Amino acid sequence: MQDVREALMQGRNSAGKLVQRPLSPHLQVYKPQMSSALSIFHRITGVALSFGAVLLALWLAAAATSPHAFAVAQSLVDSILGMIILFGFTLALFYHFCNGIRHLLWDAGYGFDLPTMYRTGYAVLAASAGLTVLFWVIGLVIL
Amino acid sequence: MSAPRGDQAVRIMRSSLGRARGMGSAKSGLGHWWAQRLTSLALLPLALYFVLSVLLLEGADQAAMLRYMAEPWNAVLFIALILALFYHLQLGLQVVIEDYIHAEGKRLASLLAMRAAVGAFGLLALLSVLKLTF
Repeated sequence: MQDVREALMQGRNSAGKLVQRPLSPHLQVYKPQMSSALSIFHRITGVALSFGAVLLALWLAAAATSPHAFAVAQSLVDSILGMIILFGFTLALFYHFCNGIRHLLWDAGYGFDLPTMYRTGYAVLAASAGLTVLFWVIGLVIL
Repeated sequence: MSAPRGDQAVRIMRSSLGRARGMGSAKSGLGHWWAQRLTSLALLPLALYFVLSVLLLEGADQAAMLRYMAEPWNAVLFIALILALFYHLQLGLQVVIEDYIHAEGKRLASLLAMRAAVGAFGLLALLSVLKLTF
């Protein structure tokens, strides 16, 4: 036993043998649910956006280095691969933004009941998709 | 969690409650929680400003970047964004590392490496904005 908390996980099986109780939630037998899916998306997009912040720092550093360095950075952003990556980051950003508001509302004590939780969940998905489309329409068509 | 090591478990002669009692928060969880919420609140308007800036700076050359960051409000908002963003992502990555890396040594090493990287890239972003501004 490495951790005293594990002592709380000791139990006996039907044969009376001492066993370690499994940790809940048991992901392998869990039905996928919107609540858990949106929660793990929030974490995944958060980690992805951290790498996006690194790219932001490099983009700013290129601008601060020389006109040539920034031209190279901008041509990378403008490439097909750059656009695809940027699209992913905008989707991740808008999702993390919208679901972050949802989390802040929960922190303030609102929206805990199940119907509201599902409604706000779908609203977050719709809003992040909508904002992403809006961003790219403005970026590619209007500007 | 490791498999049960039968006899070892029996040697603990304290009740479950006795073992659990007093093992609650003794660290800096509340400060972390608040800092994450406050930075997220700050990032709501700053993220929208950033998205707007990205659209405005689409296809910009370096001269346009210099002009943009020479505006005091743009510089201030970018610096505020960088401070809030890197602080916020450091707090988030810390939780992710603490959740998934259980071995004490590996966890500490990961946290230190993560903070070093976050600090380095945060400072790089900050200095770059300042250099563009001045």
